[in-house]
Amino acid sequence: MHPAPSVIFFSAFSGLGFGLLAFLGLGMPGLNGWYAFTFYFIAYAFAVGGLLASVAHLANPKNAIKSFSQWRSSWLSREGILAIAALLVTAIYAIGRIFFDTSMIGIGAIGSVLSIATVFSTAMIYTQLKTVPRWNSPTTPFMFVSYSLAGGALLAAQVSGQLSASLYLLIVAAIAQLLNWRVGDQRMLTSETNLGTATGLGNVGVVRQYEPPHSGKNYLLNEMVYVIGRRHAQKVRRISFVAAFLIPVLALLSFRDAPHIGGILAIIFHTLGVVGGRWLFFAEARHVVANYYGK
Amino acid sequence: MTSLPTHTDQKLGLVIDLDTCVGCHACVVSCKSWNTENYGAPLSDQDAYGDPSGTFLNRVHSYEVQPEAGPAQTVHFPKSCLHCEDAPCVTVCPTGASYKRTEDGIVLVNEDDCMGCGLCAWACPYGARELDLKAGVMKKCTLCVDRIYNENLPEEDRVPACVRTCPSGARHFGDLGDPESDVSKLVAKRGGMDLMPELGTKPVNKYLPPRPKDTLDCGVSLDPVASEAKGFLGWLDKALEKM
Repeated sequence: MHPAPSVIFFSAFSGLGFGLLAFLGLGMPGLNGWYAFTFYFIAYAFAVGGLLASVAHLANPKNAIKSFSQWRSSWLSREGILAIAALLVTAIYAIGRIFFDTSMIGIGAIGSVLSIATVFSTAMIYTQLKTVPRWNSPTTPFMFVSYSLAGGALLAAQVSGQLSASLYLLIVAAIAQLLNWRVGDQRMLTSETNLGTATGLGNVGVVRQYEPPHSGKNYLLNEMVYVIGRRHAQKVRRISFVAAFLIPVLALLSFRDAPHIGGILAIIFHTLGVVGGRWLFFAEARHVVANYYGK
Repeated sequence: MTSLPTHTDQKLGLVIDLDTCVGCHACVVSCKSWNTENYGAPLSDQDAYGDPSGTFLNRVHSYEVQPEAGPAQTVHFPKSCLHCEDAPCVTVCPTGASYKRTEDGIVLVNEDDCMGCGLCAWACPYGARELDLKAGVMKKCTLCVDRIYNENLPEEDRVPACVRTCPSGARHFGDLGDPESDVSKLVAKRGGMDLMPELGTKPVNKYLPPRPKDTLDCGVSLDPVASEAKGFLGWLDKALEKM
Protein backbone atom coordinates (compact mmCIF):
# COMPACT_ATOMS: atom_id res chain seq x y z
CA MET A 1 0.00 0.00 0.00
CA HIS A 2 1.20 3.50 -0.80
CA PRO A 3 2.61 5.05 2.39
CA ALA A 4 1.01 8.51 2.00
CA PRO A 5 2.70 11.01 4.36
CA SER A 6 -0.69 12.45 5.37
CA VAL A 7 -1.98 9.05 6.49
CA ILE A 8 1.24 8.16 8.33
CA PHE A 9 1.25 11.51 10.13
CA PHE A 10 -2.42 11.11 10.96
CA SER A 11 -2.18 7.61 12.40
CA ALA A 12 1.05 8.30 14.34
CA PHE A 13 0.19 11.67 15.86
CA SER A 14 -3.53 11.19 16.47
CA GLY A 15 -2.56 7.95 18.25
CA LEU A 16 -0.11 9.82 20.50
CA GLY A 17 -2.53 12.69 21.07
CA PHE A 18 -5.50 10.51 22.02
CA GLY A 19 -3.21 8.37 24.17
CA LEU A 20 -2.19 11.48 26.10
CA LEU A 21 -5.84 12.57 26.39
CA ALA A 22 -6.68 9.14 27.82
CA PHE A 23 -4.16 9.66 30.63
CA LEU A 24 -5.12 13.29 31.25
CA GLY A 25 -8.78 12.28 31.56
CA LEU A 26 -7.82 9.91 34.36
CA GLY A 27 -6.05 12.73 36.21
CA MET A 28 -2.56 11.54 35.27
CA PRO A 29 -0.83 13.90 35.87
CA GLY A 30 -3.33 15.66 38.15
CA LEU A 31 -2.37 19.23 37.25
CA ASN A 32 -4.44 22.41 37.20
CA GLY A 33 -4.10 25.87 35.65
CA TRP A 34 -1.26 26.66 33.26
CA TYR A 35 0.49 23.32 33.83
CA ALA A 36 -2.68 21.51 32.79
CA PHE A 37 -3.04 23.87 29.80
CA THR A 38 0.41 22.88 28.51
CA PHE A 39 -0.43 19.18 28.57
CA TYR A 40 -3.84 19.69 26.95
CA PHE A 41 -2.31 21.94 24.32
CA ILE A 42 0.13 19.19 23.29
CA ALA A 43 -2.62 16.55 23.31
CA TYR A 44 -4.98 18.64 21.18
CA ALA A 45 -2.20 19.74 18.82
CA PHE A 46 -1.32 16.08 18.15
CA ALA A 47 -4.89 14.74 17.97
CA VAL A 48 -6.36 17.61 15.93
CA GLY A 49 -3.20 17.94 13.82
CA GLY A 50 -3.45 14.26 12.99
CA LEU A 51 -7.12 14.56 12.07
CA LEU A 52 -6.41 17.59 9.85
CA ALA A 53 -3.65 15.62 8.11
CA SER A 54 -6.18 12.91 7.35
CA VAL A 55 -8.48 15.51 5.79
CA ALA A 56 -5.54 16.54 3.58
CA HIS A 57 -5.58 12.96 2.26
CA LEU A 58 -9.07 13.46 0.79
CA ALA A 59 -9.46 14.19 -2.91
CA ASN A 60 -12.78 15.98 -2.36
CA PRO A 61 -12.71 17.38 1.20
CA LYS A 62 -15.82 19.52 0.76
CA ASN A 63 -17.89 16.39 1.45
CA ALA A 64 -15.91 15.45 4.58
CA ILE A 65 -18.77 16.56 6.85
CA LYS A 66 -20.91 13.75 5.38
CA SER A 67 -18.50 11.17 6.78
CA PHE A 68 -20.25 11.33 10.16
CA SER A 69 -23.39 9.77 8.71
CA GLN A 70 -22.62 6.08 8.10
CA TRP A 71 -21.64 4.85 11.58
CA ARG A 72 -23.93 1.82 11.23
CA SER A 73 -21.59 0.16 8.75
CA SER A 74 -18.39 2.16 8.36
CA TRP A 75 -15.42 2.15 10.75
CA LEU A 76 -14.11 5.34 9.14
CA SER A 77 -17.38 7.07 9.98
CA ARG A 78 -17.33 5.69 13.55
CA GLU A 79 -13.78 6.93 13.96
CA GLY A 80 -14.75 10.46 12.94
CA ILE A 81 -17.67 10.54 15.37
CA LEU A 82 -15.66 9.05 18.25
CA ALA A 83 -12.80 11.50 17.63
CA ILE A 84 -15.10 14.52 17.82
CA ALA A 85 -16.88 13.08 20.88
CA ALA A 86 -13.54 12.40 22.62
CA LEU A 87 -12.25 15.90 21.88
CA LEU A 88 -15.45 17.57 23.11
CA VAL A 89 -15.86 15.51 26.28
CA THR A 90 -12.22 15.91 27.33
CA ALA A 91 -12.52 19.63 26.56
CA ILE A 92 -15.15 19.94 29.31
CA TYR A 93 -12.86 18.13 31.73
CA ALA A 94 -9.89 20.25 30.61
CA ILE A 95 -11.79 23.52 31.15
CA GLY A 96 -12.56 22.39 34.70
CA ARG A 97 -8.90 21.58 35.30
CA ILE A 98 -7.45 24.70 33.65
CA PHE A 99 -9.86 27.44 34.77
CA PHE A 100 -11.71 26.16 37.83
CA ASP A 101 -9.21 23.89 39.60
CA THR A 102 -11.83 21.13 39.64
CA SER A 103 -11.65 17.55 38.49
CA MET A 104 -14.90 16.16 37.08
CA ILE A 105 -13.79 12.55 37.43
CA GLY A 106 -16.76 10.98 35.64
CA ILE A 107 -16.45 13.20 32.56
CA GLY A 108 -12.68 12.72 32.48
CA ALA A 109 -13.11 8.94 32.57
CA ILE A 110 -15.67 9.03 29.73
CA GLY A 111 -13.22 11.17 27.72
CA SER A 112 -10.47 8.59 28.32
CA VAL A 113 -12.64 5.72 27.13
CA LEU A 114 -13.71 7.69 24.04
CA SER A 115 -10.06 8.54 23.26
CA ILE A 116 -9.02 4.89 23.32
CA ALA A 117 -12.16 3.92 21.37
CA THR A 118 -11.09 6.43 18.71
CA VAL A 119 -7.69 4.77 18.34
CA PHE A 120 -9.37 1.36 18.25
CA SER A 121 -11.67 2.45 15.43
CA THR A 122 -8.71 3.91 13.51
CA ALA A 123 -7.13 0.47 13.70
CA MET A 124 -10.36 -1.21 12.60
CA ILE A 125 -10.35 0.79 9.35
CA TYR A 126 -7.29 -1.25 8.38
CA THR A 127 -8.13 -4.47 10.24
CA GLN A 128 -11.46 -4.91 8.43
CA LEU A 129 -9.82 -5.11 4.98
CA LYS A 130 -9.74 -8.74 3.82
CA THR A 131 -7.97 -7.42 0.74
CA VAL A 132 -4.82 -6.75 2.80
CA PRO A 133 -4.16 -10.07 4.59
CA ARG A 134 -1.31 -8.59 6.64
CA TRP A 135 -3.67 -6.12 8.35
CA ASN A 136 -6.65 -8.44 8.66
CA SER A 137 -5.91 -9.80 12.18
CA PRO A 138 -6.80 -8.90 15.80
CA THR A 139 -3.14 -8.02 16.41
CA THR A 140 -3.64 -4.79 14.42
CA PRO A 141 -6.03 -3.05 16.90
CA PHE A 142 -3.98 -4.50 19.78
CA MET A 143 -0.89 -2.88 18.31
CA PHE A 144 -2.53 0.49 17.60
CA VAL A 145 -4.08 0.78 21.07
CA SER A 146 -0.96 -0.35 22.92
CA TYR A 147 1.22 2.09 20.91
CA SER A 148 -1.21 4.87 21.74
CA LEU A 149 -1.19 4.03 25.47
CA ALA A 150 2.63 3.74 25.60
CA GLY A 151 3.14 7.04 23.77
CA GLY A 152 0.40 8.67 25.85
CA ALA A 153 2.03 7.51 29.09
CA LEU A 154 5.38 8.96 27.98
CA LEU A 155 3.81 12.28 27.00
CA ALA A 156 1.83 12.35 30.26
CA ALA A 157 5.19 12.10 32.04
CA GLN A 158 4.32 8.81 33.72
CA VAL A 159 8.04 8.13 34.03
CA SER A 160 8.99 8.31 37.69
CA GLY A 161 9.57 5.26 39.84
CA GLN A 162 11.38 2.10 38.92
CA LEU A 163 8.37 0.49 37.25
CA SER A 164 6.49 3.40 35.77
CA ALA A 165 3.37 3.09 33.60
CA SER A 166 5.49 4.15 30.61
CA LEU A 167 7.92 1.30 31.07
CA TYR A 168 5.17 -1.31 31.39
CA LEU A 169 3.21 0.03 28.44
CA LEU A 170 6.30 0.31 26.21
CA ILE A 171 7.00 -3.37 26.85
CA VAL A 172 3.38 -4.31 26.10
CA ALA A 173 3.47 -2.25 22.88
CA ALA A 174 6.76 -3.86 21.86
CA ILE A 175 5.19 -7.31 22.30
CA ALA A 176 2.11 -6.18 20.34
CA GLN A 177 4.35 -4.96 17.52
CA LEU A 178 6.33 -8.22 17.37
CA LEU A 179 3.05 -10.18 17.38
CA ASN A 180 1.68 -8.04 14.57
CA TRP A 181 4.75 -8.67 12.41
CA ARG A 182 4.72 -12.38 13.17
CA VAL A 183 0.99 -12.88 12.56
CA GLY A 184 1.17 -10.59 9.49
CA ASP A 185 3.98 -12.69 7.97
CA GLN A 186 1.95 -15.80 8.73
CA ARG A 187 -1.15 -14.35 7.05
CA MET A 188 0.87 -13.64 3.92
CA LEU A 189 2.17 -17.21 3.83
CA THR A 190 -1.22 -18.83 4.44
CA SER A 191 -3.27 -16.50 2.22
CA GLU A 192 -5.32 -18.60 -0.22
CA THR A 193 -5.45 -15.76 -2.73
CA ASN A 194 -3.13 -15.81 -5.73
CA LEU A 195 -3.27 -15.07 -9.46
CA GLY A 196 -4.94 -18.47 -9.89
CA THR A 197 -7.94 -17.63 -7.68
CA ALA A 198 -7.97 -14.00 -8.84
CA THR A 199 -8.48 -15.06 -12.47
CA GLY A 200 -10.22 -18.38 -11.79
CA LEU A 201 -7.66 -19.94 -14.15
CA GLY A 202 -5.71 -21.72 -11.40
CA ASN A 203 -7.66 -24.90 -12.20
CA VAL A 204 -6.34 -24.87 -15.76
CA GLY A 205 -2.67 -24.39 -14.97
CA VAL A 206 -0.01 -21.99 -13.78
CA VAL A 207 -1.01 -18.40 -14.60
CA ARG A 208 1.48 -15.72 -15.60
CA GLN A 209 0.86 -12.19 -16.83
CA TYR A 210 2.41 -11.62 -20.23
CA GLU A 211 0.86 -8.28 -21.08
CA PRO A 212 -0.44 -5.70 -18.58
CA PRO A 213 -3.68 -3.87 -19.42
CA HIS A 214 -1.92 -0.51 -19.71
CA SER A 215 1.62 0.54 -20.46
CA GLY A 216 1.66 3.49 -18.04
CA LYS A 217 0.94 3.87 -14.35
CA ASN A 218 -2.55 4.14 -12.94
CA TYR A 219 -4.37 4.81 -9.67
CA LEU A 220 -4.38 1.15 -8.69
CA LEU A 221 -0.62 0.74 -9.12
CA ASN A 222 0.18 4.01 -7.36
CA GLU A 223 -2.18 3.41 -4.47
CA MET A 224 -2.08 -0.33 -3.88
CA VAL A 225 0.93 -1.86 -5.58
CA TYR A 226 3.79 -0.26 -3.68
CA VAL A 227 6.75 -2.63 -3.80
CA ILE A 228 9.70 -0.55 -2.53
CA GLY A 229 8.73 -0.95 1.14
CA ARG A 230 8.63 -4.73 0.89
CA ARG A 231 12.27 -4.84 -0.21
CA HIS A 232 13.63 -3.10 2.89
CA ALA A 233 11.04 -4.39 5.35
CA GLN A 234 13.43 -6.28 7.65
CA LYS A 235 15.85 -3.35 8.01
CA VAL A 236 13.09 -0.80 8.69
CA ARG A 237 11.56 -3.20 11.22
CA ARG A 238 14.80 -3.34 13.20
CA ILE A 239 15.42 0.43 13.03
CA SER A 240 11.87 1.34 14.07
CA PHE A 241 11.82 -1.24 16.86
CA VAL A 242 15.09 0.04 18.33
CA ALA A 243 13.88 3.66 18.15
CA ALA A 244 10.32 3.07 19.35
CA PHE A 245 11.04 0.66 22.21
CA LEU A 246 14.64 -0.27 22.94
CA ILE A 247 16.10 3.24 23.29
CA PRO A 248 13.09 4.61 25.25
CA VAL A 249 13.18 1.68 27.71
CA LEU A 250 16.95 2.07 28.19
CA ALA A 251 16.56 5.85 28.58
CA LEU A 252 13.90 5.41 31.27
CA LEU A 253 16.01 2.82 33.12
CA SER A 254 19.30 4.71 32.96
CA PHE A 255 17.92 8.17 33.92
CA ARG A 256 16.06 6.93 36.99
CA ASP A 257 17.38 9.84 39.07
CA ALA A 258 16.43 12.41 36.45
CA PRO A 259 13.22 10.90 35.05
CA HIS A 260 12.32 13.95 32.99
CA ILE A 261 15.52 13.79 30.94
CA GLY A 262 14.95 10.10 30.38
CA GLY A 263 11.32 10.85 29.54
CA ILE A 264 12.16 13.50 26.94
CA LEU A 265 14.76 11.27 25.29
CA ALA A 266 12.24 8.43 25.29
CA ILE A 267 9.54 10.63 23.73
CA ILE A 268 11.81 11.82 20.90
CA PHE A 269 13.01 8.35 19.94
CA HIS A 270 9.63 6.73 20.47
CA THR A 271 7.95 9.25 18.16
CA LEU A 272 10.57 8.69 15.45
CA GLY A 273 10.10 4.94 15.86
CA VAL A 274 6.31 5.22 15.62
CA VAL A 275 6.55 7.22 12.38
CA GLY A 276 9.02 4.67 10.93
CA GLY A 277 6.83 1.78 12.04
CA ARG A 278 3.73 3.34 10.53
CA TRP A 279 5.55 3.96 7.24
CA LEU A 280 6.36 0.27 7.16
CA PHE A 281 2.82 -0.69 8.22
CA PHE A 282 1.60 0.74 4.92
CA ALA A 283 4.65 0.17 2.75
CA GLU A 284 5.04 -3.56 3.39
CA ALA A 285 1.31 -4.36 3.24
CA ARG A 286 0.40 -6.18 0.04
CA HIS A 287 -3.06 -5.71 -1.46
CA VAL A 288 -4.51 -8.73 -3.29
CA VAL A 289 -5.07 -6.62 -6.43
CA ALA A 290 -1.28 -6.81 -6.94
CA ASN A 291 -1.88 -10.40 -8.11
CA TYR A 292 -3.56 -9.18 -11.30
CA TYR A 293 -0.39 -7.26 -12.17
CA GLY A 294 1.92 -10.14 -11.25
CA LYS A 295 3.59 -8.03 -8.51
CA MET B 1 -27.17 4.21 3.40
CA THR B 2 -24.06 2.09 3.09
CA SER B 3 -25.55 -0.97 4.73
CA LEU B 4 -26.13 -3.63 2.07
CA PRO B 5 -29.67 -4.63 1.08
CA THR B 6 -30.61 -8.12 2.29
CA HIS B 7 -32.31 -8.86 -1.02
CA THR B 8 -32.30 -7.35 -4.49
CA ASP B 9 -35.19 -7.86 -6.95
CA GLN B 10 -32.78 -8.55 -9.79
CA LYS B 11 -29.06 -9.32 -9.99
CA LEU B 12 -28.02 -7.53 -13.14
CA GLY B 13 -24.50 -8.31 -14.21
CA LEU B 14 -22.11 -9.46 -16.89
CA VAL B 15 -20.97 -12.87 -18.02
CA ILE B 16 -17.55 -12.75 -19.62
CA ASP B 17 -16.42 -15.56 -21.86
CA LEU B 18 -12.68 -16.08 -21.48
CA ASP B 19 -12.80 -18.58 -24.33
CA THR B 20 -13.90 -16.12 -26.98
CA CYS B 21 -12.34 -12.83 -25.78
CA VAL B 22 -9.66 -11.87 -28.29
CA GLY B 23 -8.13 -9.07 -26.19
CA CYS B 24 -8.90 -6.26 -28.66
CA HIS B 25 -9.68 -3.71 -25.89
CA ALA B 26 -12.73 -2.43 -27.81
CA CYS B 27 -14.78 -2.75 -24.59
CA VAL B 28 -12.20 -0.62 -22.77
CA VAL B 29 -12.48 2.13 -25.37
CA SER B 30 -16.28 2.09 -25.66
CA CYS B 31 -16.58 2.09 -21.84
CA LYS B 32 -14.31 5.09 -21.54
CA SER B 33 -16.14 6.86 -24.33
CA TRP B 34 -19.68 6.31 -23.02
CA ASN B 35 -18.82 7.06 -19.42
CA THR B 36 -16.87 10.19 -20.27
CA GLU B 37 -19.73 11.66 -22.29
CA ASN B 38 -22.63 10.67 -20.03
CA TYR B 39 -23.41 10.03 -16.33
CA GLY B 40 -21.16 11.66 -13.72
CA ALA B 41 -17.75 13.29 -13.87
CA PRO B 42 -15.82 12.51 -17.08
CA LEU B 43 -13.04 9.90 -16.92
CA SER B 44 -10.01 12.17 -16.97
CA ASP B 45 -6.53 11.56 -18.32
CA GLN B 46 -3.37 13.03 -16.85
CA ASP B 47 -0.37 14.10 -18.93
CA ALA B 48 -1.80 12.42 -22.02
CA TYR B 49 1.19 13.34 -24.25
CA GLY B 50 3.94 12.79 -21.65
CA ASP B 51 3.80 10.05 -19.02
CA PRO B 52 0.13 9.19 -19.41
CA SER B 53 -2.29 7.78 -16.88
CA GLY B 54 -6.04 7.92 -16.71
CA THR B 55 -9.26 6.63 -15.22
CA PHE B 56 -10.79 3.50 -16.74
CA LEU B 57 -13.73 1.43 -15.49
CA ASN B 58 -12.78 -1.62 -17.49
CA ARG B 59 -9.34 -3.00 -18.27
CA VAL B 60 -8.13 -6.07 -20.16
CA HIS B 61 -5.24 -8.09 -18.74
CA SER B 62 -3.55 -10.82 -20.75
CA TYR B 63 -2.32 -14.02 -19.16
CA GLU B 64 -0.49 -17.15 -20.17
CA VAL B 65 -1.76 -20.37 -18.59
CA GLN B 66 0.57 -23.34 -18.59
CA PRO B 67 -1.27 -26.63 -17.94
CA GLU B 68 0.61 -29.58 -16.43
CA ALA B 69 0.78 -31.22 -19.85
CA GLY B 70 0.44 -29.73 -23.31
CA PRO B 71 1.14 -26.31 -24.73
CA ALA B 72 0.49 -23.05 -22.87
CA GLN B 73 -2.53 -20.99 -23.86
CA THR B 74 -3.22 -17.28 -23.79
CA VAL B 75 -6.27 -15.91 -22.01
CA HIS B 76 -7.43 -12.32 -22.36
CA PHE B 77 -9.07 -11.20 -19.17
CA PRO B 78 -11.39 -8.17 -19.10
CA LYS B 79 -11.96 -6.89 -15.58
CA SER B 80 -14.54 -4.42 -14.26
CA CYS B 81 -16.82 -4.12 -11.22
CA LEU B 82 -18.45 -7.47 -10.39
CA HIS B 83 -21.41 -5.84 -8.56
CA CYS B 84 -20.87 -8.18 -5.60
CA GLU B 85 -23.80 -9.26 -3.44
CA ASP B 86 -21.64 -8.76 -0.35
CA ALA B 87 -19.79 -5.72 -1.62
CA PRO B 88 -17.09 -4.66 0.88
CA CYS B 89 -16.63 -1.35 -0.97
CA VAL B 90 -20.15 -0.27 0.03
CA THR B 91 -20.05 -0.94 3.76
CA VAL B 92 -16.71 0.84 4.33
CA CYS B 93 -17.95 4.10 2.78
CA PRO B 94 -18.22 6.76 5.51
CA THR B 95 -20.28 9.32 3.60
CA GLY B 96 -23.06 7.17 2.15
CA ALA B 97 -21.85 7.82 -1.40
CA SER B 98 -21.49 4.12 -2.22
CA TYR B 99 -24.63 2.04 -2.40
CA LYS B 100 -26.14 -1.09 -3.86
CA ARG B 101 -29.53 -0.69 -5.49
CA THR B 102 -32.33 -2.91 -4.17
CA GLU B 103 -34.14 -3.05 -7.51
CA ASP B 104 -31.35 -4.44 -9.69
CA GLY B 105 -28.29 -4.92 -7.46
CA ILE B 106 -26.12 -2.39 -9.32
CA VAL B 107 -23.36 -0.90 -7.12
CA LEU B 108 -23.08 2.85 -7.68
CA VAL B 109 -21.31 5.92 -6.33
CA ASN B 110 -23.26 9.11 -5.71
CA GLU B 111 -20.56 11.59 -6.70
CA ASP B 112 -22.29 14.44 -4.85
CA ASP B 113 -21.57 12.65 -1.56
CA CYS B 114 -18.10 11.18 -2.27
CA MET B 115 -15.22 12.80 -0.35
CA GLY B 116 -12.51 10.94 -2.25
CA CYS B 117 -10.99 9.08 0.71
CA GLY B 118 -10.28 6.01 -1.42
CA LEU B 119 -11.16 3.47 1.26
CA CYS B 120 -13.65 1.69 -1.04
CA ALA B 121 -10.88 1.15 -3.58
CA TRP B 122 -8.79 -0.43 -0.79
CA ALA B 123 -11.71 -2.67 0.19
CA CYS B 124 -12.27 -3.96 -3.36
CA PRO B 125 -10.18 -7.08 -4.14
CA TYR B 126 -10.65 -6.66 -7.89
CA GLY B 127 -9.22 -3.18 -8.47
CA ALA B 128 -12.60 -2.17 -9.89
CA ARG B 129 -12.65 1.32 -8.41
CA GLU B 130 -10.40 4.14 -9.53
CA LEU B 131 -10.28 7.62 -8.04
CA ASP B 132 -10.53 10.23 -10.77
CA LEU B 133 -7.59 12.54 -10.19
CA LYS B 134 -9.25 15.52 -11.87
CA ALA B 135 -12.71 15.29 -10.28
CA GLY B 136 -11.51 13.87 -6.94
CA VAL B 137 -14.36 11.37 -6.77
CA MET B 138 -14.44 7.58 -7.02
CA LYS B 139 -15.37 6.15 -10.39
CA LYS B 140 -16.59 2.65 -11.11
CA CYS B 141 -18.61 0.60 -13.59
CA THR B 142 -22.27 1.65 -13.47
CA LEU B 143 -23.34 -1.27 -15.66
CA CYS B 144 -24.28 1.62 -17.97
CA VAL B 145 -27.30 2.39 -15.83
CA ASP B 146 -27.90 5.36 -18.15
CA ARG B 147 -28.20 3.03 -21.19
CA ILE B 148 -29.99 -0.09 -19.98
CA TYR B 149 -33.19 1.76 -18.95
CA ASN B 150 -32.89 4.54 -21.55
CA GLU B 151 -35.99 4.54 -23.73
CA ASN B 152 -34.49 7.20 -26.01
CA LEU B 153 -32.09 4.55 -27.32
CA PRO B 154 -33.07 1.84 -29.80
CA GLU B 155 -33.80 -1.38 -27.94
CA GLU B 156 -30.64 -3.17 -29.12
CA ASP B 157 -28.54 -0.41 -27.56
CA ARG B 158 -30.08 -0.85 -24.09
CA VAL B 159 -27.16 -2.96 -22.86
CA PRO B 160 -23.84 -1.82 -21.35
CA ALA B 161 -21.52 -0.17 -23.89
CA CYS B 162 -18.89 -2.89 -23.48
CA VAL B 163 -21.44 -5.62 -24.31
CA ARG B 164 -22.80 -3.71 -27.31
CA THR B 165 -19.35 -3.14 -28.77
CA CYS B 166 -17.69 -6.53 -28.22
CA PRO B 167 -16.90 -7.86 -31.70
CA SER B 168 -16.38 -11.47 -30.58
CA GLY B 169 -19.53 -11.87 -28.48
CA ALA B 170 -17.50 -12.48 -25.35
CA ARG B 171 -19.65 -10.29 -23.11
CA HIS B 172 -23.23 -11.00 -22.05
CA PHE B 173 -25.60 -8.93 -19.96
CA GLY B 174 -28.65 -10.04 -17.99
CA ASP B 175 -30.31 -10.96 -14.72
CA LEU B 176 -28.17 -13.53 -12.92
CA GLY B 177 -30.77 -13.77 -10.15
CA ASP B 178 -33.27 -15.38 -12.55
CA PRO B 179 -32.28 -19.02 -13.17
CA GLU B 180 -34.29 -19.00 -16.43
CA SER B 181 -32.44 -16.03 -17.96
CA ASP B 182 -30.10 -16.58 -20.90
CA VAL B 183 -27.07 -15.53 -18.87
CA SER B 184 -27.92 -17.89 -16.00
CA LYS B 185 -28.33 -20.80 -18.45
CA LEU B 186 -25.01 -19.90 -20.05
CA VAL B 187 -23.31 -19.87 -16.65
CA ALA B 188 -24.84 -23.24 -15.75
CA LYS B 189 -23.84 -24.81 -19.07
CA ARG B 190 -20.28 -23.51 -19.21
CA GLY B 191 -19.39 -23.77 -15.53
CA GLY B 192 -19.25 -20.01 -14.87
CA MET B 193 -16.97 -19.11 -11.97
CA ASP B 194 -16.46 -16.46 -9.29
CA LEU B 195 -13.22 -14.51 -8.93
CA MET B 196 -11.53 -14.84 -5.50
CA PRO B 197 -14.46 -16.77 -3.96
CA GLU B 198 -12.35 -17.18 -0.79
CA LEU B 199 -12.88 -13.51 0.07
CA GLY B 200 -16.64 -13.99 0.41
CA THR B 201 -17.70 -11.06 -1.77
CA LYS B 202 -20.22 -13.18 -3.75
CA PRO B 203 -19.67 -11.50 -7.13
CA VAL B 204 -22.69 -11.27 -9.46
CA ASN B 205 -20.56 -11.16 -12.63
CA LYS B 206 -19.38 -14.58 -13.73
CA TYR B 207 -16.45 -15.68 -15.89
CA LEU B 208 -16.70 -18.60 -18.31
CA PRO B 209 -13.46 -20.61 -18.28
CA PRO B 210 -11.66 -21.30 -21.57
CA ARG B 211 -12.90 -24.51 -23.21
CA PRO B 212 -10.46 -27.44 -23.18
CA LYS B 213 -8.17 -27.26 -26.20
CA ASP B 214 -8.26 -29.84 -28.99
CA THR B 215 -5.77 -32.59 -28.27
CA LEU B 216 -3.86 -32.81 -31.55
CA ASP B 217 -1.18 -35.43 -31.84
CA CYS B 218 1.37 -32.75 -31.01
CA GLY B 219 4.13 -35.21 -30.21
CA VAL B 220 4.39 -36.60 -33.76
CA SER B 221 3.53 -33.55 -35.83
CA LEU B 222 6.00 -31.29 -34.08
CA ASP B 223 8.93 -33.74 -34.10
CA PRO B 224 11.92 -32.47 -36.09
CA VAL B 225 11.96 -33.88 -39.60
CA ALA B 226 15.66 -34.81 -39.46
CA SER B 227 18.32 -34.22 -36.83
CA GLU B 228 21.32 -35.42 -38.89
CA ALA B 229 22.01 -33.96 -42.33
CA LYS B 230 22.62 -36.49 -45.12
CA GLY B 231 23.79 -36.44 -48.76
CA PHE B 232 24.84 -33.07 -50.23
CA LEU B 233 23.73 -31.14 -47.15
CA GLY B 234 25.66 -33.61 -44.99
CA TRP B 235 28.80 -32.96 -47.05
CA LEU B 236 28.19 -29.17 -46.84
CA ASP B 237 27.69 -29.40 -43.08
CA LYS B 238 31.01 -31.23 -42.62
CA ALA B 239 32.86 -28.91 -45.05
CA LEU B 240 31.65 -25.78 -43.24
CA GLU B 241 32.51 -27.34 -39.88
CA LYS B 242 36.16 -27.77 -40.99
CA MET B 243 36.62 -24.18 -42.21
